[in-house]
Amino acid sequence: MNKSRDWGFRLGTGAFALVLVLIVCAIGIVLVRDSWLSIEKFGFTFWRTEIWDPVSGEFGALPFIWGTLYSSILALAIATPVALGIAIFISELCPAMLRQPLVFLTELLAAVPSIVYGLWGIFVMVPAVRWLETSLPDPVRQLPFFSGPPLGLGMLSAALILAIMVIPFTSSVSREVLKAVPLAQREAAYALGATRFEAIRAALHYGRTGIVGAIMLGFGRALGETMAVTMVIGNNPKISLSLFAPQYTMAAVIANEFTEAADALYLGALIEIGLVLFVITLIVNSLSRLLIWSMAPRAGATFEPPAASAEAAA
Amino acid sequence: MKNRILAATLACAATAAVSAQTLQINGAGATFPAPIYTKWFSEYNKLHGNVQINYQPIGSGGGIRQITSQTVFFGASDGPMTNDQLTAAPGRILHFPTVLGAVVPVYNIPNMKAELKFSGPVLADIYMGKITRWNDPAIAKLNAGVALPASDITVVHRADGSGTTYIWVDYLSKTSDEFKKRVGVNTSVNWPAGVGGRGNEGVAALVTQTPGSLGYVELIYALQNKIAFGSVQNMAGEQVRASVESVTVAAAAAATLMPADFRVSITNAPGKGVYPISSFTWLLLYENPKDKTQSKAMVDLVKWALTDGQKYCADLGYAPLPAAVVKLEMDALAKVKTS
Repeated sequence: MNKSRDWGFRLGTGAFALVLVLIVCAIGIVLVRDSWLSIEKFGFTFWRTEIWDPVSGEFGALPFIWGTLYSSILALAIATPVALGIAIFISELCPAMLRQPLVFLTELLAAVPSIVYGLWGIFVMVPAVRWLETSLPDPVRQLPFFSGPPLGLGMLSAALILAIMVIPFTSSVSREVLKAVPLAQREAAYALGATRFEAIRAALHYGRTGIVGAIMLGFGRALGETMAVTMVIGNNPKISLSLFAPQYTMAAVIANEFTEAADALYLGALIEIGLVLFVITLIVNSLSRLLIWSMAPRAGATFEPPAASAEAAA
Repeated sequence: MKNRILAATLACAATAAVSAQTLQINGAGATFPAPIYTKWFSEYNKLHGNVQINYQPIGSGGGIRQITSQTVFFGASDGPMTNDQLTAAPGRILHFPTVLGAVVPVYNIPNMKAELKFSGPVLADIYMGKITRWNDPAIAKLNAGVALPASDITVVHRADGSGTTYIWVDYLSKTSDEFKKRVGVNTSVNWPAGVGGRGNEGVAALVTQTPGSLGYVELIYALQNKIAFGSVQNMAGEQVRASVESVTVAAAAAATLMPADFRVSITNAPGKGVYPISSFTWLLLYENPKDKTQSKAMVDLVKWALTDGQKYCADLGYAPLPAAVVKLEMDALAKVKTS
């Protein structure tokens, strides 16, 4: 009796897990089917063409792929140190009285709708970024990263707003990871005469797979973010290294142009952008999985000396 | 007690009977006329309680897609359907102009008191990145006596596909051959210059924040938000400021040239007092729809909207249709099969 119930339970939950697989497959199939016209016409050139011209029916995804990856990587570079700092402070160093309010505030940030971030971005952050850009000294403005007119709107604003949106996710998960580090680990570190900094470094090393997971979660969110980014990035499908240049992302072009696309090829190209985003997200997630697996502590691994753990923590 | 239950049941049955008679008609399309359509449909519902219209402002492209696939009874679009789109539809689709709108150039030049004057070729050159400074001789020529700054022009356009962009580039293409060749006409285009703002509000926010910028928004949006806008030279060579009146004048000028299917662009219309960046917005109906009850109700509604309904235009900032166009449309409405 109990055994059959067990079996039924396993079957039931297994069916739910299967739903997940089916949904992902269904999304993939529908994306391919609806973008078939564009896939047939452009083939792989779609991935490396720089033109997006709805009038003449020429479409390429490269500027959008570039904009999406560039803005997400920049956002990650800004957000990760801040998010880890917040997580470490809250879980390790914070006075107990401050802990709950800080946790509450990070969670509040995560709950703000992205359109609100976008509006705040366009009315508050963009003018501030413009001021920052105009106040940079001329020799700096000669660098390829800071070339072009200082519009305020552009890659820098997009990366900043993405970073702000990513921070609560990365820091909450990192905090949970640090909380899960066994007390014995810390006690052992202190017992060996470690300073507080060294003990925290050991804890970070212990939880490194979880922390990488937290960072990748933020990356996934940055890749798919739409409204806030489209409001501040300038929406110009041109590839540029410059942080000042207005650029475009995949999610943004879909959101902007889908409602008015009446032509079948145009619609197909937009859906293919969705497919490209889907594939890239898949690749990024697989890579992060591989990274986590390669870092996972092997059975019997012992506490490594701080010299080795420093790299993982950085 | 029993009686009360009986009464309640009867009441339920009665409401069910009433709602069975209510005719619900679904439509979808352009966002630009959505405020006046919503007003019309609710006012009409007050007069004819049994007709309920459910209009979803999902964009002109979406409206065309939905009516082509017959998921809605009527569509709405800011740009007329192309021949390809019409042949793709399972039946003959008719266009009915409902109201008029206009697009205006908005700019931000610090300490500029004078109202700037523009022309089609100058705007086209600015949007192609050929004119890059405010004190360019071409702009100075139109604005004699105005001290123009030597600053760069930041060009702002719509990032999202929109009927507003369609009207704007349609006008620029008519006045500049080079613009027509390089950019062309669509709800979104491959802009040679500038940054994109999302929606009228996005463009307006960028223009008001960025000194030296130039953008374009719907007339209604500029009026409601009290944004300064420039005048534009029309075909007759006059500088005309957009207003409900000058837009209706443009439509009246076009009425004489109206094709039988109403698919007409009235940008750069000839005549005196015409604001050149004006356009109709259209309602799309099948000539021979399957559901004749809905068809009858819809035709009655459109007749009402084109006559009595036009009085709601001015309050919402739309330009009403000229009488000549309404007359032509009444004749065309008679062609829609209602039985």
